[in-house]
Amino acid sequence: MTFALVGNQNCGKTTLFNALTGSNQHVGNFPGVTVEGKSGSVRGLKDCTVVDLPGIYSIRPYSDEEIITRDFILESKPEAIINIVDATNLGRNLYLTLQLLTLRIPTVIALNLMDEVRANGGTVDTEKLSAALGVPVIPISAAKNEGVSDLIQKANEIASKRIAPRPRDLCPSGPVHRCIHSVSHLVEDHAAAIGVSARFCAIKAIEGDESFYEKLSLNQNERETIEHSIAEMESETGLDANAALALTRYDFIESVCAKAVKITSEETRERRRSNKIDKVLTGKYTALPVFAGVMLLIFWLTFGVIGTALSDLLEMGISALTDVVDQGLVSFGTNEIVRSLVIDGVFAGIGSVLSFLPLIIVLFFFLSVLEDTGYMARVAFVMDKLLRKIGLSGKSIVPMLIGFGCTVPAVMSTRTLSSERDRKMTILLTPYMSCSAKIPIYAVFASAFFPQYAALVMFALYFSGILVGILIALIFKSTTFRGKPIPFVMELPDYRLPSPKSVCLLLWEKAKDFIKKAFTVIFVATVVIWFFSSFDVRFNPVADSADSMLAAIGKLIAPIFTPCGFGDWRAVTSLISGFTAKEAVISTLGVLTGVGAEVNAAALQTVFTPLSAASFLIFTLLYTPCVAAVAAIRRELNSTFLTVATIVLQCVVAWGAAALVFQLGSIFI
Amino acid sequence: MTLKDIRIGSSAVIKAVGGEGALRLRFLDMGIIPGTRVTVSKAAPLGDPIQLSLRGYSLTMRLSDAEMITVEEEAVK
Repeated sequence: MTFALVGNQNCGKTTLFNALTGSNQHVGNFPGVTVEGKSGSVRGLKDCTVVDLPGIYSIRPYSDEEIITRDFILESKPEAIINIVDATNLGRNLYLTLQLLTLRIPTVIALNLMDEVRANGGTVDTEKLSAALGVPVIPISAAKNEGVSDLIQKANEIASKRIAPRPRDLCPSGPVHRCIHSVSHLVEDHAAAIGVSARFCAIKAIEGDESFYEKLSLNQNERETIEHSIAEMESETGLDANAALALTRYDFIESVCAKAVKITSEETRERRRSNKIDKVLTGKYTALPVFAGVMLLIFWLTFGVIGTALSDLLEMGISALTDVVDQGLVSFGTNEIVRSLVIDGVFAGIGSVLSFLPLIIVLFFFLSVLEDTGYMARVAFVMDKLLRKIGLSGKSIVPMLIGFGCTVPAVMSTRTLSSERDRKMTILLTPYMSCSAKIPIYAVFASAFFPQYAALVMFALYFSGILVGILIALIFKSTTFRGKPIPFVMELPDYRLPSPKSVCLLLWEKAKDFIKKAFTVIFVATVVIWFFSSFDVRFNPVADSADSMLAAIGKLIAPIFTPCGFGDWRAVTSLISGFTAKEAVISTLGVLTGVGAEVNAAALQTVFTPLSAASFLIFTLLYTPCVAAVAAIRRELNSTFLTVATIVLQCVVAWGAAALVFQLGSIFI
Repeated sequence: MTLKDIRIGSSAVIKAVGGEGALRLRFLDMGIIPGTRVTVSKAAPLGDPIQLSLRGYSLTMRLSDAEMITVEEEAVK
């Protein structure tokens, strides 16, 4: 049996999903899009799955979230729909409910946040509400786990007995009523043929949803009759079909609420509290400083204090384990190549995967708190004007800022963005925010070639990254992602305390997801690079890495980089090994110049001139991020093709920029 | 007069909802329909977008979108 969990954004849907399933969840993407889908087995019910559908306000064929919800319900035909509604804001939440009910699929309404309504001295008469809507209504508090077992029981009952919602007319008479009835009658047989309720099909046809005209395979004659019926309704109401339908729904909801809902004051305590908090968090003079402060604090804690401490601890553990294994292999007299594979390949691979974990966990802890409290919606509100210029909405600023720390969690955090377009574009831009692993490269080069201007070089690099990012955003905005973005008409939810359980589950899920999805890619890449750097082209193990296959590849493709000024094979080889981790650029340069892992200024000066050093830094700034970041990009874009395209784009842009710097520099110097 | 012209802190009643396609339907779905009373609560620090209060919840939209909504300002009490 399958239940579909449907509801508005910010109504506690995820909390209810967690309460229904516990930690027994499976997270994935809906096919072909970056929209996340979760499913889990329902506690205490055998063979029963609940699918958490995206938070939506209406079933329209416009956003991916709405299309996914509609298609899931129509095609997967869940046995029951659990529609969660926010009892503190029934007026807007029931709008979606009315659309769901026309589907005639067994539905139960989970009336969430009833504790808040009661605390404000209000009441919702669930019996009257249930009678008016024609479906069972169960009061719950998802956060406190109240009423959840009643809800499961009721969902099970209506699903097994197939108790569909009793049909309710939105208005007893009038033009809209007549139009829905006549169109329903007309499409009845066609709707039965595709197994969807006639009323739902009729309303979709009246709304002008082209895909339903096709699905129902209506002939020209029938289409004209429907259009005539709509035109009649429009002229009688003086409104277009969509406005008339919306008005009818809201009028019906108002009449239902008047009967069933009693509130003591216009504003709830939570609302008043939110307004007070907003005086500071979105205040004219305080909003931007507060946002900067929040981001700096998160940054400092993640990359400065907690994250690094945990990473160091983990690294110590791994290197201790590596030493033990290494000694074991040596004393056992294991073949040198096998030992190298285990230590430099396998352990190095596992180590580099695990080193990202503390960062991801710490960062997602803060991000999920920001999201669940409702602050993220405010960030979108405050930053919208700035980011709109490059075709993004305000929330995208957060992943981009995190990108300055580490691209991996930054890319992972794009999943909270509200549209497919924003997610894809932000994923493309984030790598241009120079990550902290590149700092050692900049520092070594700056002190070797521009010792007086080290700070200026750093600044120029960060600034160039942002600039290239903005340019690429502008190009994408007017090409690939042209067209109308998803409208920025967004709810600002009341501030609420995040549920510790939801935060913990999210951390667990992110960590698991990263290990599962990134492990193979990072691991394979590390072993492949180990293989290329340990053997020569005849598959003989090499003593000097200058003879390795990696160096041979470097020599082969080095001429490509002659226009950029660093056609030296050692520079190119270090860039290739930088794909495993950016720190490797420096250590490889050291090894190849014969001074060991700690490269020095003199060694670098044998490979680079100040000008080619500058173009090399530009290339390092802009080219493909490390393999872990690529794995995260692959995971979030949900497409190998797009990921490869992204890598190619990054390399081409980096090459172009480096060549530009070198060629222009050669003219002036 | 459009929603864009309403001063912060003032209220208005919606007369007509313009815009087209996804934007217009989004307006309607969020409860922005003729006859609804809307209060403009505040503007973002950079002056745009604005925050509205209607039907017991808060909504934000850009000024360029607010311009599509025709309203009648409520007389100040």
